[in-house]
Amino acid sequence: MAALEEEFTLSSVVLSAGPEGLLGVEQSDKTDQFLVTDSGRTVILYKVSDQKPLGSWSVKQGQIITCPAVCNFQTGEYVVVHDNKVLRIWNNEDVNLDKVFKATLSAEVYRILSVQGTEPLVLFKEGAVRGLEALLADPQQKIETVISDEEVIKWTKFFVVFRHPVLIFITEKHGNYFAYVQMFNSRILTKYTLLLGQDENSVIKSFTASVDRKFISLMSLSSDGCIYETLIPIRPADPEKNQSLVKSLLLKAVVSGNARNGVALTALDQDHVAVLGSPLAASKECLSVWNIKFQTLQTSKELPQGTSGQLWYYGEHLFMLHGKSLTVIPYKCEVSSLAGALGKLKHSQDPGTHVVSHFVNWETPQGCGLGFQNSEQSRRILRRRKIEVSLQPEVPPSKQLLSTIMKDSEKHIEVEVRKFLALKQTPDFHTVIGDTVTGLLERCKAEPSFYPRNCLMQLIQTHVLSYRFFCLSLCPDLMEIALKKKDVQLLQLCLQQFPDIPESVTCACLKIFLSIGDDSLQETDVNMESVFDYSINSVHDEKMEEQTEILQNGFNPEEDKCNNCDQELNKKPQDETKESTSCPVVQKRAALLNAILHSAYSETFLLPHLKDIPAQHITLFLKYLYFLYLKCSENATMTLPGIHPPTLNQIMDWICLLLDANFTVVVMMPEAKRLLINLYKLVKSQISVYSELNKIEVSFRELQKLNQEKNNRGLYSIEVLELF
Amino acid sequence: MGEFKVHRVRFFNYVPSGIRCVAYNNQSNRLAVSRTDGTVEIYNLSANYFQEKFFPGHESRATEALCWAEGQRLFSAGLNGEIMEYDLQALNIKYAMDAFGGPIWSMAASPSGSQLLVGCEDGSVKLFQITPDKIQFERNFDRQKSKRHFSWGGRILSLSWHPSGTHIAAGSIDYISVFDVKSGSAVHKMIVDRQYMGVSKRKCIVWGVAFLSDGTIISVDSAGKVQFWDSATGTLVKSHLIANADVQSIAVADQEDSFVVGTAEGTVFHFQLVPVTSNSSEKQWVRTKPFQHHTHDVRTVAHSPTALISGGTDTHLVFRPLMEKVEVKNYDAALRKITFPHRCLISCSKKRQLLLFQFAHHLELWRLGSTVATGKNGDTLPLSKNADHLLHLKTKGPENIICSCISPCGSWIAYSTVSRFFLYRLNYEHDNISLKRVSKMPAFLRSALQILFSEDSTKLFVASNQGALHIVQLSGGSFKHLHAFQPQSGTVEAMCLLAVSPDGNWLAASGTSAGVHVYNVKQLKLHCTVPAYNFPVTAMAIAPNTNNLVIAHSDQQVFEYSIPDKQYTDWSRTVQKQGFHHLWLQRDTPITHISFHPKRPMHILLHDAYMFCIIDKSLPLPNDKTLLYNPFPPTNESDVIRRRTAHAFKISKIYKPLLFMDLLDERTLVAVERPLDDIIAQLPPPIKKKKFGT
Repeated sequence: MAALEEEFTLSSVVLSAGPEGLLGVEQSDKTDQFLVTDSGRTVILYKVSDQKPLGSWSVKQGQIITCPAVCNFQTGEYVVVHDNKVLRIWNNEDVNLDKVFKATLSAEVYRILSVQGTEPLVLFKEGAVRGLEALLADPQQKIETVISDEEVIKWTKFFVVFRHPVLIFITEKHGNYFAYVQMFNSRILTKYTLLLGQDENSVIKSFTASVDRKFISLMSLSSDGCIYETLIPIRPADPEKNQSLVKSLLLKAVVSGNARNGVALTALDQDHVAVLGSPLAASKECLSVWNIKFQTLQTSKELPQGTSGQLWYYGEHLFMLHGKSLTVIPYKCEVSSLAGALGKLKHSQDPGTHVVSHFVNWETPQGCGLGFQNSEQSRRILRRRKIEVSLQPEVPPSKQLLSTIMKDSEKHIEVEVRKFLALKQTPDFHTVIGDTVTGLLERCKAEPSFYPRNCLMQLIQTHVLSYRFFCLSLCPDLMEIALKKKDVQLLQLCLQQFPDIPESVTCACLKIFLSIGDDSLQETDVNMESVFDYSINSVHDEKMEEQTEILQNGFNPEEDKCNNCDQELNKKPQDETKESTSCPVVQKRAALLNAILHSAYSETFLLPHLKDIPAQHITLFLKYLYFLYLKCSENATMTLPGIHPPTLNQIMDWICLLLDANFTVVVMMPEAKRLLINLYKLVKSQISVYSELNKIEVSFRELQKLNQEKNNRGLYSIEVLELF
Repeated sequence: MGEFKVHRVRFFNYVPSGIRCVAYNNQSNRLAVSRTDGTVEIYNLSANYFQEKFFPGHESRATEALCWAEGQRLFSAGLNGEIMEYDLQALNIKYAMDAFGGPIWSMAASPSGSQLLVGCEDGSVKLFQITPDKIQFERNFDRQKSKRHFSWGGRILSLSWHPSGTHIAAGSIDYISVFDVKSGSAVHKMIVDRQYMGVSKRKCIVWGVAFLSDGTIISVDSAGKVQFWDSATGTLVKSHLIANADVQSIAVADQEDSFVVGTAEGTVFHFQLVPVTSNSSEKQWVRTKPFQHHTHDVRTVAHSPTALISGGTDTHLVFRPLMEKVEVKNYDAALRKITFPHRCLISCSKKRQLLLFQFAHHLELWRLGSTVATGKNGDTLPLSKNADHLLHLKTKGPENIICSCISPCGSWIAYSTVSRFFLYRLNYEHDNISLKRVSKMPAFLRSALQILFSEDSTKLFVASNQGALHIVQLSGGSFKHLHAFQPQSGTVEAMCLLAVSPDGNWLAASGTSAGVHVYNVKQLKLHCTVPAYNFPVTAMAIAPNTNNLVIAHSDQQVFEYSIPDKQYTDWSRTVQKQGFHHLWLQRDTPITHISFHPKRPMHILLHDAYMFCIIDKSLPLPNDKTLLYNPFPPTNESDVIRRRTAHAFKISKIYKPLLFMDLLDERTLVAVERPLDDIIAQLPPPIKKKKFGT
C-alpha cells in the first residue's frame, strides 16, 4: 500500500527560486544526501534525515548556473555547469567554486546526467552526448549537432540497462515531439516520432520514464490532464529508419488540463506514479499517488501554498517546491507481507494524508475520494499498450464489433461474434466481451423483438462472464432478460457457468423450470448431461419393488409401528411403487432442475424466496427429489448414474429446504400427504439404519479391544520364531 | 534358516532418568547430557549419535548445570553446591569444588572459555578462573540487595555471557540483572512482569537468559513468556506469550539467527531472525516452528548448527534437524529420539537360564520359565513354568551401579560402583538360593567400567577406570588376582568393552577411541591391536573355534578379524568391498550385543534396539536392489525365487524396543523388550508447573 508520510521542509534558508522553480535536485553518492541547485547561483548539499544543509557553494556574481549539479558517483565529486559552457568539478572539501577545476567547453550543455555505477554523461543542447572523462580529456573538442534547427530538448533521462548506459531525450519542434534513444556503448542513436493521437493540439506537460528489460516506458502528462504511455524498445529493430511511436492512454483526467500552475509526473515504481497538479482547475494543488495497474488513487496530499510544478523522486523521498521552501515527503510503498496482513506491521497513517480505499469497486466508476471526480470523464477504460511501427488509422476489431451490435441484424451479429471469438486471446478480450454483452443487452431492452440468443450463449461459454463481475453489472440484466423470455436453455447455461447468482434469481429460475409447460420444453435444447435415462428402470417395475425394500436396509416397512401410514400404504402399494420409481418430471425438466440443485446458495437467503413457489410446484419438485433419493439408494456408493449428477447431499439439502420453507402449505395439501408419509418413512428408516450401525460399531470396538489384548502378551511368554 | 523358541521378556522394569541439562560442544560435535540421577552421558554426534561415554550418577548430586569450557573440558554444578570437572579420558570425576554459595542453579563458561560463572542459591554470582588442571575462585559479583527478594535470597537461575565477555545477564526470580564483568557491579536490573494471562502470580521465575552480541537479552520465564530486552537501556523491547506453562529453557545458535525454547507443556518452539518484508534489511524475531516431540517438561534445549536438541522429564533426547541447514541426506537429516542407553544393562547365565538386570541402585535376578509344547512360527506356547524373580540386590551407598555381570554358570554375580567393587557367590539348593559376598576385595579392584566372566566361569576380567585390565582366578568361594594388563604408558584411556573367547585364551578390550587390543590370556601379554577405525566400537564378541573377533561400529559397519591370523577375514574383506545394504547403514540405533551359534559357525547373531539379525556368512550379501527385510515366509511356489533372492541378512523386527537378545542354547533365544508405553506409564503425570518457587 502506497502511502505518503508527514512532509518536512528542508531549508531554513529561502532558496532563490525563480519563476521556473529550482534547477534540480540530484542524488549524491551518500544515501540521504542530495544536491539542490537553485535557478540562480547556488548549489546546496542537504542531509535529508537531519533536515539541514551540509554544504553550500555559489558561483560568482554575474555568473549563472545553467545545469543542475550532479554527483559523479565514480569519484564522489560534484559537477555543475554555469553560463552554459563552463564546467566546474569540486568536492566536499572545496569552499569556493571559483577556485575549483574548471573546463570551458565548445558547445552549450543541456544537462549532465549521472547514475550510480557509470560515468556521468554530458548532453549538449544540440543533442550530442559525451562521457565526462572523454570530454575532460579534450574540453575544446568539436561537438556535432544531432537535432535539427528549432528542435529543443524538453526532457532527458539516463538509465543503466544490463550495465549498458542508455540515454533518452525528448525534443519538440513545432508541437511535434521526438524521442531519441542513445545506446551509449554501441553509440546507436535511434529517433522516434511520438504520435500524439486524436487530439493533435494537446501539449505534453511532463515526462517520466521507467525501464524494464526490453522497453523504456515513457509516461507523459498531457495538457488534457491524462497520462499516456509510450513503449520505446531499447534495442531498435532498425535504427536507421525514422520510426513512429503510438501512445496509449494510461490514466484519464488525473489533473485539470488548463491549470495555471505547472504539472509534473514521476514514476515511483512499476505500478505507481506521483502526479503534481490541481485536480480541478480552480482547486489547490495536490500531490497524488496513483496505481496504474488498478487505476486507483492511492493517496494524495494537498499543497495549499502552490508548487513550481516540479517533482523529483529519489529513494524514498519526493522533493518539491512548496511555496518558497523545498519540501520532502517520504513515500513508502510496502510490499504486502504476511506480517502486514496479520497486522504485525504498523501502518503509520497520519491525519495529513488522505488514504483512499484501495479496494477496487468494479461496479461503480472509480471515485477519487477527494471530490474532484469528473462526471463526464468518469468511465476510464483500460487500454493496453500498443506499439506500432507505423501508424495505421484502423478501427480495432473490438470497436467494429461494438458498432455491429448496435446496428446489424441478429444473424450478422452472430457471425461477427463468432469471428471475434475465433481470434480470442487478444489482451482486451475480457473487456470486449463485457462491452459486447452490455451492448447486446442494452439493445435487447430497447428493442423487445431483438433477442440474439445464440450470441449470448456463445459469449457465456467463453467463461469470462459472471453475474456481477463487470464494471456495469451487465450480467444481472442478462439473466433478467432470459427470465423474461423464459429462455430455460440460457438460464441453465447461466446457472452452470456463473459462480455468483443471487438466491432470488436461482429461485426465479426454479419457478420457471417448474412452471414451464412440457410442450414448450420439448422445443428447447437443454443440456442433458446431468440426467441419466431414468425411464429405463421404470420398465422393470417389479424388480424395482424389490429394490425399494433393499434400500431400507432390512428394515421392513410392513413391520413399522406406524399403523396409520401402513394402512394407507397398503391400500395402494401399486401406486406407491410406481410413483417412487418412475420419474415424476420429463427428462428435460429434470436436467433443468439438476442445474438448480448444483447451484450454490446460502440457506438464509434462499428460504424466503422458496416460500413464493406455488404449492403444486413444490410437491412436484419434492417428488422429483424423492425419486432421485430412491435412485441414489439403489447402489452401494449412493450416487446417481450420469456424467454430472446431483449428489445425495444436494438432494437431501434441497428436500429439507423445501420442507422448511413450505411445511404448513405442504401439510395442508391432500395430494402431498402420501409424499410426506414416504419422506417420513424414509427418515425413520434412516434413523433405524444408523442405530443399527451404532450397535455394530460398539461390537466392532469390542472386537478391536480383544485384538489389542491379543497383541499385548503380558510380561512373559515363550514364542516360536522362524527366520527365513 | 532356523526355528527358535524365544523367551520374550518384558519384565525388565527399567525407567531411564529424566534429562536435566544438555550442553553442545561445537568443536568436537559432542553433546553432554545430564540426567536427574546425576548421570552424565557424552554423545558423539559425528559418530551417528553414539553414546560413547558416561559418568555414573550419585544420589546426592542433582546436576543443575552443565557446560563445556576451554574447548573440551566438561564442568557440571548442582544442588550440592559443588562444581565438578569430568575426566573424559579416564571416565571419572577429576575434582569437585564447593562454591560456598549454597546450591548452584546455573553455570556458564565465558566466550573465551577461560572463566566459569556460577549462580547460587544465596543470590551470588561467582566467577572462577579455569586453570590448566583446576578452577580457582576469583571473585563475587555485587549481590543484589532488594527488599522485595530479601526473604528468599533471589537465587540465580540462569546466566549468560555477552559474546564479547564484558557483560553478563543473570536471571533470578522476578528480575534479570546485567553485570559488568570488569567491575563486578550491576548495570541494570530489569523487573519481569508477574502477570500471567492477566492474573498476577506470586513470582515469575526467569528460567533462562541469552545475551546476544547486539546487546539484546532474551529471557524465558515461568509465566510462559519469551521476552526481548535491550541491555543498554534496560528496557523491555518485545514479549511473546508462547505457553500456558513455564518456558524452561533457551538456547541460541552461534550465528544468533535462530534460537530454541522448551516449555513445560512438552513443546519446543523455534524462533528465527527473518526480514520484516521480503527484501528489507530490517529483521525481527519470529516464532517459526513449534515441535511437540515430548510429553513432559522440556527441561533443556541446545542448538547445534544443524539441529535443535531437546530433553526433559520424559527421558527422550530428541534431535530435530533443521532441514534448511542440512545439505546432504545422511544421519543428520533424520529426526532422532534416543531413549535407551547404548550399552548393555542385562547379562545372562546360559546354563541356569538366568537373567541379571542392572538398575541404577539395584540388581534383579530372574529365572526364565519353560515349556514343553512346540509350535509353528508365531505361536505363543503354553508355559509349564513361569519366570521367577529370584533376587533383588540393593547397593549400599548413594552411588549408581556402573556395570554388572552374572557368570555363565550362574554362581557368581559381580557389580561395581564408582568407589566399590562387589563380588557375590550364589548357591542353589533346589528352589532356595543363598548369596554370599566375597569380602576383602583388593584395593586396586575399586571401580570397574566393565566386568566379564570367562565361558567356564573360572576367570573374571575387570576393566578398571585407570585403564588397567585385571584377571582374577575364581575357584570355589575364593578368588586370586592373576595379572593386570597395564595401559600403554602415556595413555589413560579407559576400556569400556570386553570380549573373551569361549576357549578362554583371548581377551579383547576396546576403549572409546583407540583400536581394539587383543590379549593372550595364557601368556598374559598383548597379542595384537586391531587397526583403529574412525567410529567407536558399540559391541564385540569372539567366535568359538575360529576365534574370529566380530566388531560392530557406530556407523553400522561390522568387521570380522581373525585373532590367530592377526588380520581381517576374507568374509570381512568381501563385505567391505561390496558394502552393506543402504537400509542397514541407515538404521539409527547401534548394535549393542553380538553372539554366536555353537553349532553353526557361519552365523553371527546381533541386534540393535529395533531389530534382531542373523548374518549367515555362507549366503551372498544383499545389494541395494534386493529386499533387506522380508518378514513373510516363502511360499512353495516361489521357492526358486526365494533361493535366488536369499541373502546373508536374516532380520526379525518383531521384538522392539529390544534391549537384549542372546542364544541360550541351540534352539532357544531370550529377548528382553522394554515397551515405551510401560515406561511412560511409570513416569509422573505430565507436570505443567515446577513445584519449586511457585
